[in-house]
Amino acid sequence: MKSVILQTATRLIFPLLLVFSIFMFFRGHNEPGGGFIGGLVGAAAFVLFAIAFGTKVTRELLRIDPRIMVGWGLLFALLSGFISMWAGDAFFTGQWVFPVLFGNELHIGTPLIFDIGVYLVVVGFTLAVIFALEEETN
Amino acid sequence: MTILFSVLLIFGAAFIGPMAAKYFRNVSGWVLALFPLTVFVYLLSYIPLVSGGEVFRESYTWVSYLGINLSFYLDGFSLMFALIVSGVGTFIMIYGGGYLGADPKLPRFYFSILLFMGSMLGVVLADNIIALFIFWELTSISSYLLIGYKHEKEESRKSALQALLITGSGGLVLLAGLILLGMMAGTMEISEMLSDPAVLADHPWYLGMLICILIGAFTKSAQFPFHFWLPGAMAAPTPVSAYLHSATMVKAGIYLLARLSPVISGTVEWTYIVTITGAITMLISAWLALAHTDLKKLLAYSTVMALGTLTMLLGMGHEYAVKAVAVFILGHSLYKGALFMVAGTIDHEAGTRDVTQLGGLRKLMPFTATFGCIAALSMAGIAPLLGFIGKELVYEAALSAAIFPMFFIFAAVAANVAVVATSAIVVLKPFFGEFKETPKKVHEAPVSMWIGPAFLSVLSILFGVLPFMIDGTLITKAAASIAGTPELVVSLSLWHGINAALILSVLTLLSGIGVFFLWDNFRSSKVMQGYDRVLGVAPKNGYEHTLNGILSFASAQTRFFQNGYLRYYLLTLITFFVVLTGYTIVAKTDMAMMLDFSDIMFYEWILAGVIITAAFAAVFASSGLVAIAALGVVGYSISLVYVLFSAPDLAITQVLVETLTVILVALVLVHIPKFQGYTAPSSKIRDGIIAAGAGLVVTLVMLAVLTLDFDPYMSEYFAENSYVVAYGRNIVNVILVDFRALDTFGEIVVLGVAGVGVYGLIKFGRKLHAKEGTNV
Amino acid sequence: MEPLLAIVIGVLVALSVYLLLRKNLVRVVIGVVILSNAVNLLIFTLGRLDRGIPPLIAAGEYVPTEAIANPLPQALVLTAIVIGFGLFAYALVLTYRAYTEMGTINVDDMRVAEPAYKGEELPETAVTEGEEK
Repeated sequence: MKSVILQTATRLIFPLLLVFSIFMFFRGHNEPGGGFIGGLVGAAAFVLFAIAFGTKVTRELLRIDPRIMVGWGLLFALLSGFISMWAGDAFFTGQWVFPVLFGNELHIGTPLIFDIGVYLVVVGFTLAVIFALEEETN
Repeated sequence: MTILFSVLLIFGAAFIGPMAAKYFRNVSGWVLALFPLTVFVYLLSYIPLVSGGEVFRESYTWVSYLGINLSFYLDGFSLMFALIVSGVGTFIMIYGGGYLGADPKLPRFYFSILLFMGSMLGVVLADNIIALFIFWELTSISSYLLIGYKHEKEESRKSALQALLITGSGGLVLLAGLILLGMMAGTMEISEMLSDPAVLADHPWYLGMLICILIGAFTKSAQFPFHFWLPGAMAAPTPVSAYLHSATMVKAGIYLLARLSPVISGTVEWTYIVTITGAITMLISAWLALAHTDLKKLLAYSTVMALGTLTMLLGMGHEYAVKAVAVFILGHSLYKGALFMVAGTIDHEAGTRDVTQLGGLRKLMPFTATFGCIAALSMAGIAPLLGFIGKELVYEAALSAAIFPMFFIFAAVAANVAVVATSAIVVLKPFFGEFKETPKKVHEAPVSMWIGPAFLSVLSILFGVLPFMIDGTLITKAAASIAGTPELVVSLSLWHGINAALILSVLTLLSGIGVFFLWDNFRSSKVMQGYDRVLGVAPKNGYEHTLNGILSFASAQTRFFQNGYLRYYLLTLITFFVVLTGYTIVAKTDMAMMLDFSDIMFYEWILAGVIITAAFAAVFASSGLVAIAALGVVGYSISLVYVLFSAPDLAITQVLVETLTVILVALVLVHIPKFQGYTAPSSKIRDGIIAAGAGLVVTLVMLAVLTLDFDPYMSEYFAENSYVVAYGRNIVNVILVDFRALDTFGEIVVLGVAGVGVYGLIKFGRKLHAKEGTNV
Repeated sequence: MEPLLAIVIGVLVALSVYLLLRKNLVRVVIGVVILSNAVNLLIFTLGRLDRGIPPLIAAGEYVPTEAIANPLPQALVLTAIVIGFGLFAYALVLTYRAYTEMGTINVDDMRVAEPAYKGEELPETAVTEGEEK
C-alpha cells in the first residue's frame, strides 16, 4: 500500500501522534488518559507508519523488537511492586517522592513506573501482532 | 519390640522380599518366613499376660484434631487373630517359595503377599477405626494384586477387578459407617468404645450406621448376595487362596463384626439381619460346593459356608455362640489353610485339580495325603479333632438361638451335611480309589510344600485331643472380648455326654457320607445344575451386567456430549444456562422489574437503535466486508454510550481498540475465502430460539439486579482516597495503577501471553510448512 | 436508561450466541467480539449510569465535591476492553492458522483433536489426523 498521499500525510501525523500518545500517558493521572490509552495511541502511530511505509522500515524506526518491549513492560510493572516490598510495604503499595521543580511540587511514585510498564506492554503486544500478520500475509 | 514395630517389620519385609527372591533363590521362601515367624514368636510372649486379663495399647499421634491416631490394641481376640495371621503366614511364605519356585514373577508375589500380611496384621491390631479402615483398604488393594498375579490371563484380571470392586465399594460404605460410629461414640478408639459402651442403640443414626458397617463386613466376608466373588478369586495362585481365602482376608469382615459387637450388637435389627444373612449364606454355599469338581472351588464354597456360620453365630451373640465363634475361627483356619495347600500341591504335581480326573495318589504322595486327610477329618467335624469341638459348639448355639431355633438347627445340620460330603470329596477322590493318569507325572512334593499342612493338621489333632492347651490361654479371652464380658470362662472338652448336639453330629456324619456316595449322579442332576445357575452363577452375572451397564452408559453419554462437534458443546452449555437460570429468574424473583423509560433522551433512543441495527447487520450481512463495517459501527456506538454516561477513559479506549480491530480484520480476512458450507433452515431456527432465550435471560437477570439497591461502599472508598492517598485526580486510572495494580498486572501478563501465542501461531506454523515443502 | 441498555445487551447477547453456533469460524470470531462488547456494557450498566459527571476530582480539591459517576466498573471495563482486543487478535490468528493448516473454516470438519468414534461416520469433507492439507 504505497500511496504518496498517505506517506506524505503520515510523515506529518506520525510525530504528532507520538507526542499525543505521550501526552495522553502523562495526563492520565489527573484527566482521562493513562497507560492503556497512551499505549494504544502510540501503537496506532506505528501501525499507521507501517501501513504507509511497510513493516521493515517501521521495525528499523522502532529499533526494539515489539516482543522485547512486552518483556520490558512486564519487568517495569513488576519492578514497581518490588520497590514497595523493599520499602517494607505490601506488594504494589504506592511509594512517593515529592521533588520541587520550577516552584511546583511534583508527585512521582511507583504507580508511574507501573503505568510505563502498562504502556510498553500495550504498544508491544499490538505491534507484535500486527507486524507479524502484515509480514505473514504479504 | 513393640506392636507397631512388628507390623512395620512385615511391611519392611515386603520391600526386602523381591531382593531375597533374587539372592536366596530356592530357599528364599524359608528366609522370608523368618519375618512372620519372628512376629509370631513375639506375639506368643503376650499369651501369659493376656490370659491373665491384661490388655495392651500403643498410640502414635497422626491427625490429632480429627481424632485419627495410629494406635494398636491387643486383647485376647486380636491376639488370637494376629497369631493366626503370622502363624499361617509363616507356612505360606515357605509354601509359596516352593509352589512358585521357578516363576519369574516370584519377587512380585513376595512383595504383594507380605504387603497383604502387614495390612492384615494392621487390621486385627488397629485400635483407631480410621487406621483400621486404612489397613482394611490396603488388604483390598494387595489382594487385587495377588488375585491378578497371573495378569496375562484375562480371567485373572477379571476376577481381581471383581474382588476389588466388591470389597472396595463395600469399603467405602464401611468408611461412612465407621465415621458415623466414631461420631456417635464420641471417640475413634475401639478400646475406649469397649471400656465405656455408650448406648448407641437408641441413637437416631443407629440403623444407618449398622447397615453401612454390615455392608462393609458382608462384602469383605463374601456373605450372600456378594458370595460369588470368593469362588471367582480362585484364579489366584494357590498360596494366595490358602492364605487370603481361608484364614485371613475373608475373615476380616468377621473380625470387624466380632470386634465391634460389644458396642453395636444386641438390638433386634442386628440379631435379625446378621443371623439370617449368615444362615442363608451358610446353607446356600455349602450346597453350591457340591455342584463343582474343581478342588479349589469346592474349598472356596465351603469357606463361604464357614464365613456364613460365623456371621450367624455373631448375630446370635449369646454365650454358646461366642464360644463357638472363637473355636470355629481357629479350627477353620487350621484345616482350611492346610487343605488349600494340599489342593495346590495336587494341582502342582498332577497338573489338574479336577477331582474327577484324579485318583489313587496316596501311594505317590504319602505325606500330602496323610495331612490332607487329617485336615479333612477336622473339616468334617469328626472326633477327636478341633473341628469336632467347633461343630458341636455351633449346634449348641443353634439349639439355644433366641429366634427361629428350628430354622437355625435345620440350616446348620443341612449345611454341615454338605460340608461332610465336600470333605470326603476333597480327599477321598484324589488320594483313594483307582489310580488315574494325570497330565503330569506325580511325585511327592518337596518338604516346603507339605510342612505347612503337616503343622496345621497336627495342631488340629493336638488342640482337639488336648483342648486345655487353648481354652484357658486363647479361647477364653478371645470369647470374652467378643462378648464384652471379661468374666466369661470357656472350658472345652471332646466329650459332653450324649446330648442333642452329639445326636445331630452323628446324623450329620451319616447323611454326609450318604451324599458323598450319591455325589456323581447328584452333581449332574438337573436340580443341582439349576441350583448352581440360580444361586451361584446368577449373582455373578448380575454383577457383570451391572458393570457392563455402567460402562456402556458412560460410553453412550460420552458419545452424546463429547460428539466432536464444537457447536453442540456450546449448544448444550447455553441450553443449560437458559433453562436453569431462566427457571430460577422466573420462579424465584417477583417479576416487578423496573421498566421505566421516562428519563431517556431522544438521542439515546437513536443510539440504542443504531447499535441493534448494526449488530443485526453484522450477523446477517451477506458479505464479509459489510459485516466488519457493521461490527465497527457497533463498537463506535458503544463508545458513544461511554461518552454519554461519564466514562471518557472507556470511550477513548473503545475507539482506539475498534480502529486496531478493523486493521487486524482487514489484514486477515482478505486471505480467507468465502464460506462454502450449508446449514439447514431447521438448525438455524433451533439456534435462533436458543440464542433468543439466552438474550432474554440476560436481560431479565439485569432487570432483576437493577431492582436491588446499589451498594456504593467500594466506589466511595476509591473516590475519597484517590487523591488523599494516591495523589491522582482521575479515579479510574488510580484504581488501575495503584489500588488494584495487582489485577492490572495480571491483565497485562495475559496480554503478553496472547502476544507470544499469536506470534508463535504465525511464525512457527510457516516454518513447519517450509520444511515440509508445501506452500500455504 | 439502564432498562433500555439491558434490552440492548440482551439483543447483543442473542446475536452473539447465534454467531457462536455457526459452522463458519470467522462468524464465530465475530460472535466473540460482539459478546465481549455486550459483557463490557453489562458490567458498566450494572454499576449504575450517570450523565455528564466523569469520576474526576476537580483541581484544588482533595475529594470529589459533587456527585460523580461510579469509577469502579469503569476501571474493570477498561482493562476488559484491552483484554478483549487481545482475545480477538488471538482468535483471529487462530482462525487464520486453522485455515492454512486444514484448508477449511468449517468447524464441523475440524476433527483432528477429536477423531471419529468407533463406527461413527464423518462427513466427507472432515479433516482428521494425518490428512491436514
